[in-house]
Amino acid sequence: MKQWLESFKVLLGKQPERPDKASFTPDVQVIHQLKREEKVTAESLKAIEQAHIDKGKHRIWRNRRWTVLILSNLLFVISWQLDIQLLEGALTASRFIGFHMADLNSALQVMLAYQHILINLLIGTVTVFLLWWLLGGRTFCSWVCPYHLLSEFAEKIHLYLVKKKWIKNHEFHRGTRTVLYVVFVLLAVITGYTVFEVINPVGIISRAMIYGGGFALLWVLFLLLFEIFYSRRAWCRYACPIGLTYGLVGTISPLRIKYHVKDCHHEGDCLKVCLVPHVLACVKKGRAPDSEVALGADCTRCAMCVDVCPTDSLRFDVKGLNKLL
Amino acid sequence: MAKPLSLSRKQKARRQFIQSIMLGSGVVGGALLGFIPVQQAKAKPILRPPAALDEQDFLASCIKCGQCVQVCPVQAIKLADMDSGFSLGTPYLDARAQACDFSCDAVQCVLACPTGSLSHEVDTKEQVRMGFARLADVPNCLAVQGKGFKGAARTGDYQGLLRYQDKDRWKPFPVKDYPYDLELCDLCLRQCPIEGAISLEPISDSADDKRRIPTVHDSCVGCGVCEMICPQQPAVIVIDARVTAESA
Repeated sequence: MKQWLESFKVLLGKQPERPDKASFTPDVQVIHQLKREEKVTAESLKAIEQAHIDKGKHRIWRNRRWTVLILSNLLFVISWQLDIQLLEGALTASRFIGFHMADLNSALQVMLAYQHILINLLIGTVTVFLLWWLLGGRTFCSWVCPYHLLSEFAEKIHLYLVKKKWIKNHEFHRGTRTVLYVVFVLLAVITGYTVFEVINPVGIISRAMIYGGGFALLWVLFLLLFEIFYSRRAWCRYACPIGLTYGLVGTISPLRIKYHVKDCHHEGDCLKVCLVPHVLACVKKGRAPDSEVALGADCTRCAMCVDVCPTDSLRFDVKGLNKLL
Repeated sequence: MAKPLSLSRKQKARRQFIQSIMLGSGVVGGALLGFIPVQQAKAKPILRPPAALDEQDFLASCIKCGQCVQVCPVQAIKLADMDSGFSLGTPYLDARAQACDFSCDAVQCVLACPTGSLSHEVDTKEQVRMGFARLADVPNCLAVQGKGFKGAARTGDYQGLLRYQDKDRWKPFPVKDYPYDLELCDLCLRQCPIEGAISLEPISDSADDKRRIPTVHDSCVGCGVCEMICPQQPAVIVIDARVTAESA
């Protein structure tokens, strides 16, 4: 329960807490002790990392994820273009072989602005809620959201520019997203307009792909430029209420990434690639309160850390599945 | 050593706090700009698809998914761009470019709408009230001039489609490829999909006077076919969006 509460607070913007040493399990205390005695040389670390890359294990999940992301967005496009009616609509709301689906945040905005219970929308919302509850909540962000993919490319450029020391990254307070979430909820109720949808890059890109682009894409371009030149992954990290909505679903999701402390060398590569590095606070040396730690709700399950980890210390995990098998 | 370090951390936190407020205000401010075009649109309403709720409820309930766009056989429905503010992603029609001719045999877009923005209470074309036709330029009307019409109603690279029963019961046909030969132009009446919405009334009592004036009746649903088919440039008959017989 305490862990769950902490995950929830971190999702809302709190800095992760340094866990109390007294609460560490005996198992992990032994592991931490052994690690303090163990000497790891830079060369041996490099060799392990090289072996990981040589085995081609550093891009497995990225390739899977990009495939799913591109295919699911393409499905919207070809459903209509080829008139096969598999997935009609856009990411904000759709019908999958006739079944209603609704983006949770868009549906929330509509219900708050319109202040009616809409049955079809409710059905769509419940369906999508169950889907992403099963699959991990913010899994939507990294596995489906088209902005995420564009933002990944922008991030690559950003990191290159930072490495060249041409620009500096600017971090904001992560609580900004929570405040924006509340503001947009209030604005929908007060004004009666779905105010957030005007700047929702997910809806804009999804519709642009299906129905053709327009001026709205300039806003997306602006966001990407902001991320490239000013602040790494700023929209997803500090602004997007959709991410927070799915993050809330993720707090109770059985599917998560789990950290196994035993083989970890604490190089910190996972922290460097992560969109939400605060969920990886446990990978720092001596921080893990247990030999296995499930990452928090803000984790998008993108598995970049799984790919980059040379020791397989980060893995997908389904709660209760091991017991069942 | 500890003290100056913590001070700079404090400063950093303060700067980050202020920057975060600026970021948040920027995002909210940007979104609220969408209010301006919506206010402006109140003076000149947008032509919405059949059975759209009143504009305030319509904008509140539309989830901007475009499912109505996908089912329209003549692709009359377009999605608004960002210059329309809160209307971004909502469906509208440009009747002159492509009117709603009910080729779908009534209100597929309504059935497709997941939120009831297009009200599910409407299920026949006669119940629809999108707007009301109005003669914008009476002297230019061919019927008023007593003239006939020969050729395609719309020419050049005009893309619009209509369902011509004599061509194909199911497939809409390009207007520019459908020539007419009329003694007196009655295209608006001829193509109107609603019975009794338009009639051509004599201008004088004289039996020799060929001249007629198109007259719009209460049953007009505002689908825009008359505006689309009018061969004059600009169209003599136009749709006033969100206007009904009572308010006209």
